[in-house]
Amino acid sequence: MATYSTNEFKGGLKIMLDGDPYTIVENEFVKPGKGQAFNRVKVRNLKTDRVIDRTFKSGETVDSADVVETEMQYLYSDGEFWHFMKPDTFEQFAAGPAAVEGAVQWLKPEDMCNVILWNGDPLSVEAPNFVVLQITETDPGVRGDTSGGGGKPATLETGAVVRVPLFVDQGEMIKVDTRTATYVARAKE
Amino acid sequence: MIKSGIRDSGFGIRVDVGGRKAEGGCRQPDWHPTAPIANLRKRAEILATIRAFFARRDVLEVETPLLSKAAVTDVHLDSIAADGGFLQTSPEFAMKRLLAAGAGDIYQLCKVFRAGEAGRHHNPEFTLLEWYRVGWDYHRLMAEVADLLAQVLGIETEPEYLSYREAFVRRLELDPFTAPPDALEAAAERAGLGGAGPLDRDGWLDLLAGGCVYPALGKDRLCFIYDFPVSQAALARVRQDEPPVAERFEVLFDGLELGNGFTELTDADEQRRRFEHDLAYRRKQGLAEPPIDRRFLAALEAGLPESAGVAVGVDRVVMLACRGERIGDVTAFTAENA
Repeated sequence: MATYSTNEFKGGLKIMLDGDPYTIVENEFVKPGKGQAFNRVKVRNLKTDRVIDRTFKSGETVDSADVVETEMQYLYSDGEFWHFMKPDTFEQFAAGPAAVEGAVQWLKPEDMCNVILWNGDPLSVEAPNFVVLQITETDPGVRGDTSGGGGKPATLETGAVVRVPLFVDQGEMIKVDTRTATYVARAKE
Repeated sequence: MIKSGIRDSGFGIRVDVGGRKAEGGCRQPDWHPTAPIANLRKRAEILATIRAFFARRDVLEVETPLLSKAAVTDVHLDSIAADGGFLQTSPEFAMKRLLAAGAGDIYQLCKVFRAGEAGRHHNPEFTLLEWYRVGWDYHRLMAEVADLLAQVLGIETEPEYLSYREAFVRRLELDPFTAPPDALEAAAERAGLGGAGPLDRDGWLDLLAGGCVYPALGKDRLCFIYDFPVSQAALARVRQDEPPVAERFEVLFDGLELGNGFTELTDADEQRRRFEHDLAYRRKQGLAEPPIDRRFLAALEAGLPESAGVAVGVDRVVMLACRGERIGDVTAFTAENA
């Protein structure tokens, strides 16, 4: 397995700590002029998303985590697993509920998304920052009300619910920011 | 993900650093300076202020070789080998040879090199101001350091003076001279510095100093830490107190270490023992064993006048003056894009 020395540490580097894959969020080299050198790092556990602090003696080495981010196509869900495919090799991967949490509510079959693989298994799935989805259910539109004030809930074709302005109608396509789960604009499909 | 690299340079100029790299496509290497030109002007002003300060006080500017056949043995400093010799980590040995030769009060502004030191407040190549005062001790020198830095940084508040022990007791409620290593380790764990072990006593002290004790010191004023454990004496004279202490000081501003000074060790035999002790430690740890500077030892044998000396990291001083956040904000280029 490849290893990294602390002097290769930088944001985004994937390393193994206590048996879990982590990504380095921040790395700070600290050294008193006449003293021993350390690397103080903030690392994010890629399984739990928790961020922790760790201190290393400079020059120490840690194992790299075999973590790769790949663009894949979402195929379907069988209720237990969500299936994705690499478009170039047609290789298929099955992700469990923990890996797809937060992403699947924005995905419909054939959409592209980022899948993070750890040792070849999906660790997490990221929806694109913006998606265009159809409204399947919302209260009737209020024509002419473009004030943007208020708003109403709308259910999208993937089952996600977002607040939309009053003038938006059922059946329309809208653009949604998945990071904040908010309506951005009407979209022409 | 790339953060928008916009930040304030401290001179009212908005500088876009990271953003430039974010523009994909054409792969020209980034040739731009890391510092805004305004900060380079400030750097030049500060260098002129430093030279005027010493000219007024009749301290002689000298230059000594950056490339020498010998190197420092300090277990935490690694020299860069070059052309059969070593780039110097500080001009200390050469300047002390000048002191032994009767040069009197001297200062030097030069580049020094320390392998592997790179980070927000470190660059493997940096500018050092080092000076020596003949017949002075470290307390008198601390006052002069305070005068110079107050002038350069525009500090009006009086500096704070804390012994190394007081600094630890205040922050951690433990005595750095007597606390056992496991108490130091527990303190590090509590301070969010876990995972670094196993370390020896000085390792824990260094970690606690840099990660917990120092960052809380010197808010809007200079803070001097003095009287270090003998195990961290470096090239300082040891005073036989109970327990003995090294007449060494560090100066901090806003938690950042700016300089380190001593009442200089003038005893050649003691100096040779410290070098050999360093080398034995290096051998045990499988570290490089650089050649001892025998010409420096010969100068000590001939007689180094009683003196005090200090080295100040100029880039960090300029960084504070420019309200920068990293060394690259005040150096034309860093090691990364040199």
